[in-house]
Amino acid sequence: MTDWFADNSLLFGLALLDGLANAALIFMVAVGLNLVFGVLRIVNVAHGSLFAIGAYTAASIGMFFAARGLPPWTGYVALVLAAVAIGAVLGPLIERLLLRRIYGHEDVLQLLVTFALFMILEDVQKLVWGVQPVSQDAPLKFLGTVDIPFGEDVIPFTAYQLFVIPGVAVVTLLGLAWFLRRTLTGRVIVAVTTDKEAATAMGIDAARITLLTFSFGAGLAALGGALASPTLALVPGIGAQTIVLSFAVVATAGLGQIEGAALTALLIGLGRSIAVYFAPEFEVVVPYLIMVAVLLVRPQGLFGVIETRRV
Amino acid sequence: MKRESLLAALGAIGLVACAWAVPWLKFVLTIALAKGIAVLGILLLLRAGQVSFGHSMFLALGAYTVAFLAPAENEVLLLLPAAALVAGGVGLVIGLFLVRYRDIFFGMLNLAFAMVLYSLLEKLYDFTKGTDGIRVAALTFAGTEPERGTQEWVVFGIALGLAILFGLLVRFYLGSPMGRALAGIKTRETRLEFMGVSARRVLLFAYVLSALMGGVGGALIAMTTRHVTPQIAYWTSSGELVFIAILGGAGSALGPFLGSVAFELVRVYAAAAVAEAWQMILGAVLLLVILFAPGGVWGLLSRRWRA
Amino acid sequence: MTEAVTRRAAMLGAGATAGSLLFAGSGAKAQGKPSELRVGITTFLSGSASVFGVPAKQAAELLFEELNKAGGIGGVPVRPIFVDEAPGTDHLVGEFRRLVQNEGVQLIFASISSGSCLACTPLSDEMKKTTILWDCGTQRIFEEGQHPYAFRTQGYGTPEVLAPLLYLLKHKPDFRTLAVINQDYAWGRDSWELWKSAMDVLKPGVRVVAEMFPRFGATDYSTEVTRLLAARPDVILSTSWGGDLVTLLRQSAERRLFDRSTFVLPVCEPSLPTLGRTMAAGHIIGTRGDHWNNHPSPKDPARLKRFVDAYRAKYNEYPIYPCHHMAQAISATQAAYAKAIAAKGGGWPNDAELAAAFRGLTFDTPTSSITLREDGQGLEDQIVGISSFNTQYPFAVPKDMILFPAAMVSTPVGRKSVDWLKSLTPDFLNQIPAPIAG
Repeated sequence: MTDWFADNSLLFGLALLDGLANAALIFMVAVGLNLVFGVLRIVNVAHGSLFAIGAYTAASIGMFFAARGLPPWTGYVALVLAAVAIGAVLGPLIERLLLRRIYGHEDVLQLLVTFALFMILEDVQKLVWGVQPVSQDAPLKFLGTVDIPFGEDVIPFTAYQLFVIPGVAVVTLLGLAWFLRRTLTGRVIVAVTTDKEAATAMGIDAARITLLTFSFGAGLAALGGALASPTLALVPGIGAQTIVLSFAVVATAGLGQIEGAALTALLIGLGRSIAVYFAPEFEVVVPYLIMVAVLLVRPQGLFGVIETRRV
Repeated sequence: MKRESLLAALGAIGLVACAWAVPWLKFVLTIALAKGIAVLGILLLLRAGQVSFGHSMFLALGAYTVAFLAPAENEVLLLLPAAALVAGGVGLVIGLFLVRYRDIFFGMLNLAFAMVLYSLLEKLYDFTKGTDGIRVAALTFAGTEPERGTQEWVVFGIALGLAILFGLLVRFYLGSPMGRALAGIKTRETRLEFMGVSARRVLLFAYVLSALMGGVGGALIAMTTRHVTPQIAYWTSSGELVFIAILGGAGSALGPFLGSVAFELVRVYAAAAVAEAWQMILGAVLLLVILFAPGGVWGLLSRRWRA
Repeated sequence: MTEAVTRRAAMLGAGATAGSLLFAGSGAKAQGKPSELRVGITTFLSGSASVFGVPAKQAAELLFEELNKAGGIGGVPVRPIFVDEAPGTDHLVGEFRRLVQNEGVQLIFASISSGSCLACTPLSDEMKKTTILWDCGTQRIFEEGQHPYAFRTQGYGTPEVLAPLLYLLKHKPDFRTLAVINQDYAWGRDSWELWKSAMDVLKPGVRVVAEMFPRFGATDYSTEVTRLLAARPDVILSTSWGGDLVTLLRQSAERRLFDRSTFVLPVCEPSLPTLGRTMAAGHIIGTRGDHWNNHPSPKDPARLKRFVDAYRAKYNEYPIYPCHHMAQAISATQAAYAKAIAAKGGGWPNDAELAAAFRGLTFDTPTSSITLREDGQGLEDQIVGISSFNTQYPFAVPKDMILFPAAMVSTPVGRKSVDWLKSLTPDFLNQIPAPIAG
């Protein structure tokens, strides 16, 4: 057994590098979903669509810049612009026009509103961007590759995958932690997450906080999509694939827990990339096995707090 | 209550008339009845305030049971109970674990199990033929092998009969103390425990029953489409079942059938009208129902009577 | 009372309509010339496979429009009715019935997905409705059963995998290691089984260093690419397509995997325009047939050019192989109707007569001609080549092309593909033709 680890330690190293980027992308999507769930208590099924639309928008803006002959680094501006646009326009629109009407309704109705939205947005993407794969890789090409030594060999990784994706995720994590703990608005969000009734009773403007949080979550989903867009081909259906994974993260992490989301994303990302090397057949089920295992031991999620029972 | 039975009888007659008048609708309606039976199970869990976002796994278990057993034993009267037994059995095993959880954890764990099953159906290619799916062998009905036209009627009749049977069963169950305790889980679970009722046991019973009905629904779908693929277990398929429950209305055992017939008809006609954007139309219908008629089709009908 | 009467009248009316609907689709009775020839077409209009389905639909609309301007088929205008394959088998099987029993279609073009074809073909038997399998590739259909009303107007998995393998054995005979990365679904699995069966007898001793079947629709291949970089196989086989393949190849290009291994990509042609210059030169590429844009010696160059130009003019993109497969299904339909109408002395054929006309039919495509065998399988030639760039196309096209005659690379009637491939011997390589000029 120890021999086996010695033989494969180099491969574990590689799996670690891949798992990190993988985890970073999962985290970006899941953390927004988690935040929204914490405040609104809605599992936003359309979150995956926002991821996809963010990715498409980033690619479109990037291609627009490239067509105008702007330098390649503007590709990064495109990524940020896409996230801001979705967060500032689509997010508030959805919250105001749809979600606001169903607060206080049964959970299942709230869930289904976002499911309906998901169905509509799936077709909207198709109408806007067509069905042929869309891709824009200027940000990826701009930074080039880094050779990682592997025994006597070297393995080229893209600098984008190695530094930019995990970097943005870490900055997001730290920024969010600072925002939620140190700023007034952040603390209010935490207060609403922990006990909405008490928070509202103390005069907190819940309507403003939900609008803010949802838009922020939408922006994070879009940023995740934008961040992923240079590395993948955008086709119909990527939203559906992304969201179901994020569900697993949210339930495993515990409600409204950003650190939990980060740790879970890391577990899932690493689990999947190790599986690709040593048991490729299990790659797909890894997230769900992790989820079931965690909830078996900690029914409230990794970082969840046991809620007091209503009597 | 009388109105409900009257509506059910009228509905059944209406379905038969439709199936007779428009032959291809007979197929669509059989599928609708099968899904309706599965949605009855969702309804039970909704009474307890729980949403299963992975109920399609029981549909898949029933369908694949039929597909796997048919080459060896093709008697429908044996296959149906077998599918119910398999789905109910798995429901019991998973349920023992799941009833400890509530709300999002309950929903997401269901989703996790369904996705694991979906992945297995895809991955175990040598056994399940992966996404190509399995062709269901020719079936016999009480020993006879009717020709195609008759067989379609027989499956439709069985689906209708089972729909009525399970509808009555669910109505009876919801009226019984066990059924009423379900509503207790939704509102005041602790109070239930104070009264000496085990909430977990109450929920487990409902869960197993819902799994069993899911299995029967899946078996009927397999017998109608005669070809099963893993897609039946995918999360969007589970979402569809919840969609149908709300579309029909959770207020009555009739709701799931009103919902499933409405759902299948909207989908068929939307697909025929705009093949590219049927999904958007379904989504819009769902939104309208939730925003303007949260009681679903049943809610609309019953409100009318009261008015 | 009056109300009751009107209701009864309405019921009778409904019954009469119902009666006419009931008989609308029953095929056995004699049919006169219809006012319109309806063709049901199932294709992917949503989901990840719509990258194939939508261009094929566009090709069908273009060709039917041209056909109708020229007087239709036997003087009857043709109307296609499209159905989305994406919602799943239960929906599709219902739609098949609707097309036959309600829309009264004369024939059906069924499906891109093999799963859909496997579900639809038995229905064609039951409903006695001629069904053209216009794009799906599974070998199971005609090898595991007989389907009197089903025909496939293009090649299928076995020749589409065997031809690139033979090309590889000719082009790079000394390779020792191979890795496979296919989508995790039936085609990905089947194509690997076919490839391995043939490779093990034609070149025994090749070591398979990695077998990977990432999830269908996977959006990230960085881990898989890393593993392939570390394993350094001589050859990497991938029968993937669509967004999955574009992502895999872009990540491979970025990380110089193309420099380390020779790729064999039997289904990559539709992705080449999207990839543009990102695709590397010097790798083995296929198109599930012989319809390359730069085919050096097509049978009817003017017709090929006309189709490509018309498609580009209307949709602003190059036609990809599903468009050609759709065109083949339409050409076959025209030829079969001409044959059936001639056989009936000018009369309109019923379902059985139409199916009879398809059996053994030979029809022309812009590049070649295709014959439907007695089991319903079409014989389509395969052209495989090496990716290269020239000034004419902004994306990779093949050079050093070898044309594999369909009869050479297809499983003989009545045998199963895997058994037949396992019975091949290395002498088989001597049959490989020389590259075609151009």
